[in-house]
Amino acid sequence: MTSFVTLSTAILKGFLRDRASVFFAMVFPLMFLVLFGGIFGDQEQSRLDLVQVGPVALLDEMPAESRAAFDATFAVERGDDLDAAIEEVRSGDVDVVVEMQGNELVAHYTRTDQVGSAIVQGSLRAFVDGTNVALTGQPPTFTLRTEAVEDDSLKAIAYVTPGLLGWAVAMSAAFGAAATLNGWRTSGLLRRLQLAPVSTRTLVSARVAVTLGVALVQMAIFLGIGVALFDLTLTGAWPAAIPLLVVGTLCFMAIGLLAGAVAKTTEGAVNMANFIVLPMAFLSGSFFPLEGAPGWLQGFSLLLPLRHLNDGMTDVMVRGDDWTAALVPMGILAAFAVAVTLLAARLFRWETT
Amino acid sequence: MGAIEVSGLTMAYGEVRAVDDVSFEVADGEFFGIIGPNGAGKTTTLEIIEGLRRPDSGEVLLLGERPWPRNPGLLPRIGVQLQASSFFERLTAREQIHTFASLYDVPRTVGDEWLERVGLVDKADTRVEDLSGGQHKRLSIACALVHDPEVVFLDEPTAALDPQARRNLWDLLSGLNDSGRTVVLTTHYMDEAEVLCDRVAILDQGRLLQLDSPQALVRGLRRSTRITVPGDAAGLDGVPHVERLEQTRDGVEITSAQPGAVLDALAGLGRLHGISVTSGTLEDVFLEVTGREYRA
Repeated sequence: MTSFVTLSTAILKGFLRDRASVFFAMVFPLMFLVLFGGIFGDQEQSRLDLVQVGPVALLDEMPAESRAAFDATFAVERGDDLDAAIEEVRSGDVDVVVEMQGNELVAHYTRTDQVGSAIVQGSLRAFVDGTNVALTGQPPTFTLRTEAVEDDSLKAIAYVTPGLLGWAVAMSAAFGAAATLNGWRTSGLLRRLQLAPVSTRTLVSARVAVTLGVALVQMAIFLGIGVALFDLTLTGAWPAAIPLLVVGTLCFMAIGLLAGAVAKTTEGAVNMANFIVLPMAFLSGSFFPLEGAPGWLQGFSLLLPLRHLNDGMTDVMVRGDDWTAALVPMGILAAFAVAVTLLAARLFRWETT
Repeated sequence: MGAIEVSGLTMAYGEVRAVDDVSFEVADGEFFGIIGPNGAGKTTTLEIIEGLRRPDSGEVLLLGERPWPRNPGLLPRIGVQLQASSFFERLTAREQIHTFASLYDVPRTVGDEWLERVGLVDKADTRVEDLSGGQHKRLSIACALVHDPEVVFLDEPTAALDPQARRNLWDLLSGLNDSGRTVVLTTHYMDEAEVLCDRVAILDQGRLLQLDSPQALVRGLRRSTRITVPGDAAGLDGVPHVERLEQTRDGVEITSAQPGAVLDALAGLGRLHGISVTSGTLEDVFLEVTGREYRA
């Protein structure tokens, strides 16, 4: 037990004093979280720019309640010069210009922005129709209510956080294991410890304990920042993500061990770990959702452990599934961990020569 | 029974016989040196005795026990300083020795004492990466000795050090077996072995060539003393007991087993001015046994 604490302390100090490792394990993934959180946050608030030329009764006399809904979609400005305003639409600075010709609302839009023009036409038509219905004084016969299949509070950040966390943990677990194994072998420390009264089990447990500790701190920081800065809402059985993350960490430590066993130098081992983890992160939906990807790619991604870690964490942390949703990913990750560890053990050498 | 008994040790890497039928014993409390040029098989021999490697054939008894396979009962009784630095990354000298102390279940204060003994107290808060070559070796030796082992193995503790740092380290090393501890040291410096070791084993190309005290090895040399006389050989014909007479850059080099008689004759000739007398060294022993100049 003393040996375990001693070794864990030595490994942890070595990690915390290695600025590059701390940066890539902690700061670098957080930069992505803040970046992605910021991008998606802005996207949700973006409104269409509308310039109103001359008096437009439909807008000016709109009841306050409807006007609020209208303002949620359009940022309204007033202008005097119709030609100048239309020129602004053409150059893309403004999405739409509206004017009133008798009882006709005329909207000038640009076809270069297809999504924007569709929203403009649809929204304006809905407001005109709505106003017509209101003027009849009759309650409408049919109404529409829309509901997202996800929880009301679900935002893009909810998908981004588990994916980026999965990547961050995969990276630091794989790098830590690869660099330790190779660094210790190159420096001769592995040999030295072989001649000290320390069992291999104690040595491995200490390394695993430090990596798990780092992974859990990463999780706390990610979720903390997500909740505090980006309105991330954790749902369902989110604590089930903790054991899931633990198994995932073990799996990626095994991958790091494999890289460390194969590579000849510490740099080589870290590069190899990076070469495995970074493409895997892209293919596992850590940076963007895989829904739009071709079917063969989605199928291939199911062969990657990170895909299962990401999916499992998304299910229990933000999709509102209960804890059983974490069981299958945990099983798959554990199987990966065992298989890769056995392979690494076969390829392991005590010395670089 | 000795601290170490080795018999018929043989180990090959592919075609190369790194260790070839080596047998010797090391007595309790002895300061034992294994010397030889690079690639002589010193480190491999040491690693087999420590239990890091399994020999192809031969027997090793370390403190009466077999070191291979890994013998946990033996580990607290031996200390090792490997050629590579073998430190935990980014720890300070003090943290390093405290870590090793704790792994051997020794109080930290013992680690501090060792830090003082090897003269690293002012470097205690320096990270191992920032220590000089000599400080590195000192710390590594302290880490090998922190648990007061019965046998300590030092693999080229002075390699790659400047002459000043080497001599400083000799002071530290020479006291290591004072308390009855057995020390086994490898080196490729002959002068080091002469100064430090009770007995030396000369290894070359995996074979054990000679094994005795440095004095006895030198005494056994046929060309035991060299006398260099400035000038040329003219007039030196009558000098007795000359084995070999050779003109060199510095003068005439006379090799003789009876230097006293030679010096008397030189005195009679009035040629004592500026002469130098060199008795044999382990380098000469190596030259005589292998027929090759010793190159570390």
